[in-house]
Amino acid sequence: MATRPEEITIDNEILDPALETQMTLSMGPQHPSTHGVLRLDLRLDGELVIKATPDIGYLHTGMEKLFEYKKYQQGIVITDRMDYLNPLGNNLAYVMAAEKLLGLEIPERAQVIRVLMCELQRIASHMVWLGTSCLDIGAMTPFWFTFKEREKILNIIESASGGRMTPSYFRIGGLMMDLPAGFENRVRQFLENFPDALETFDTLITNNTIWQSRTRGIGIISKEDAIDWGLTGPSLRGSGVELDIRRANPYSGYETYDFDIPTEPDGDVWSRFKVRMRELRESHKIVRQALERLKPGPIKADAPKVVLPDRDDMRKHMDSLIHHFLIVAEGFNVPPGEVYHSIEASKGELGVYMKSNGGPKPERVHFRGPSFVNLSALPVMAEGEMIADVVAIIGSLDIVLGEIDR
Amino acid sequence: MTEALHKFVDQLKGFDPQAVADVKDHLGEVTIFVPREKIVSACNFLKTECEFDLLADLCGCDRGPEEEPRFEVNYHLFSTKHYKRLRLKVLLSEEDPHVESVTSVWKTANWHERETFDLLGIIFDGHPDLRRILLPSDFDGHALRKDYPLRGYEPYSMN
Repeated sequence: MATRPEEITIDNEILDPALETQMTLSMGPQHPSTHGVLRLDLRLDGELVIKATPDIGYLHTGMEKLFEYKKYQQGIVITDRMDYLNPLGNNLAYVMAAEKLLGLEIPERAQVIRVLMCELQRIASHMVWLGTSCLDIGAMTPFWFTFKEREKILNIIESASGGRMTPSYFRIGGLMMDLPAGFENRVRQFLENFPDALETFDTLITNNTIWQSRTRGIGIISKEDAIDWGLTGPSLRGSGVELDIRRANPYSGYETYDFDIPTEPDGDVWSRFKVRMRELRESHKIVRQALERLKPGPIKADAPKVVLPDRDDMRKHMDSLIHHFLIVAEGFNVPPGEVYHSIEASKGELGVYMKSNGGPKPERVHFRGPSFVNLSALPVMAEGEMIADVVAIIGSLDIVLGEIDR
Repeated sequence: MTEALHKFVDQLKGFDPQAVADVKDHLGEVTIFVPREKIVSACNFLKTECEFDLLADLCGCDRGPEEEPRFEVNYHLFSTKHYKRLRLKVLLSEEDPHVESVTSVWKTANWHERETFDLLGIIFDGHPDLRRILLPSDFDGHALRKDYPLRGYEPYSMN
């Protein structure tokens, strides 16, 4: 993890201090623009970045190890803490991998609610990205506007799940519980006001000359490099590759929704910014469509050995009580096998590799975090740029260290 | 749905019959077991001829100390052209957990392989910078192995 003095190689040693123009700067892990605890080892020549080496692991908590000691349904709460700006997306990837192993059929209403909640969460995640990446560059005002919008979404999520940052709303086989009364009106109210907020952001940020000159032509990554380095999500679409897992490998009925995949050709910070701004409008469109499709119906799959029964059934039926006891006390056995399921999270392709050996606990759960892969491409974008632009590039990648370090 | 994937398997077999040790088709996903000597050439072929241009994920797995072979490395390939996914699997024994690095095929393998080395102790030969990535450089052992206790051996100190 950390570079120690004895590990510094000979060419990093200052041989003649008077002639030396290069220096090594350790940026982070407490630097506010590194979005958590990222440390960058920057080799600088004046203000020019010659070499950038990301150093991660400060937030490593061994989540993948912990999964192996928890039952399948207990793992859901761990996923909330990975990408803490997009917890519902993490829930979805995890439960869908387990559902694929179990072969469960998810009812229509549960799928629509999943799509609706995930798109709201994507807007909330992009709001944090927008606010903080502006703050990094020095524009403080947009931060308050974006966090106001995010607060509205967190309140909506809280009304459904009880949790703001850690909802754990999706369960294996469906949802934790049905939507509360008045939920649809809350979402409608948000949808009504959100376009005005987007107008505000355009006035404050998109049409701002300082913002444009700080982001245009900075941190360029070509289409070929972006694919080679495994970039996904808005960071890849900013390089002109039209790839969205919601379209490429549809899940939860995304193939039936009408939305566009925004792409920008230039691959710089400005392109990635524009892609995310246009994505906000697409998510708004999807939420609106999902809201129209909400019809009454079951929210849990018909699998009594996996899905917890209703409280009411438990009071009336003996077998429901037995199933509840067994699921909570012993868990449910998942047939042996392995799956890789990926979804389009707010930052890119979030993949879950899950391997079962037939018991109630997984043998291996691996998360392919989009932030982890996107950050690994940072040196390609940052080398040859000014040190002040490194901050803009990190902001444009939209990383969350909780997901990188796991 | 998996017929299209089996076409890639046949193509790989046509390129090098020894590169395909076994094929498994389960839950709509196709896994090709590749001998470890053949992994780089198989990846290279799939990337250039079958358009699997994006390595979505690379992860290791420990089957447990009593299993033989003990470790597996999974390569999850994805194509940005035809959107198909394929899994390659390499099995490694505990005594000799070496496999050739695929960083020469996809640059994104760099951090994935470092993570797998860090947590499972699988050594990727030919990797440009095989250091620990998540755990500190003086950490003892490999935390994701099944015989490594959940809470570690002793309270870890940062000095």
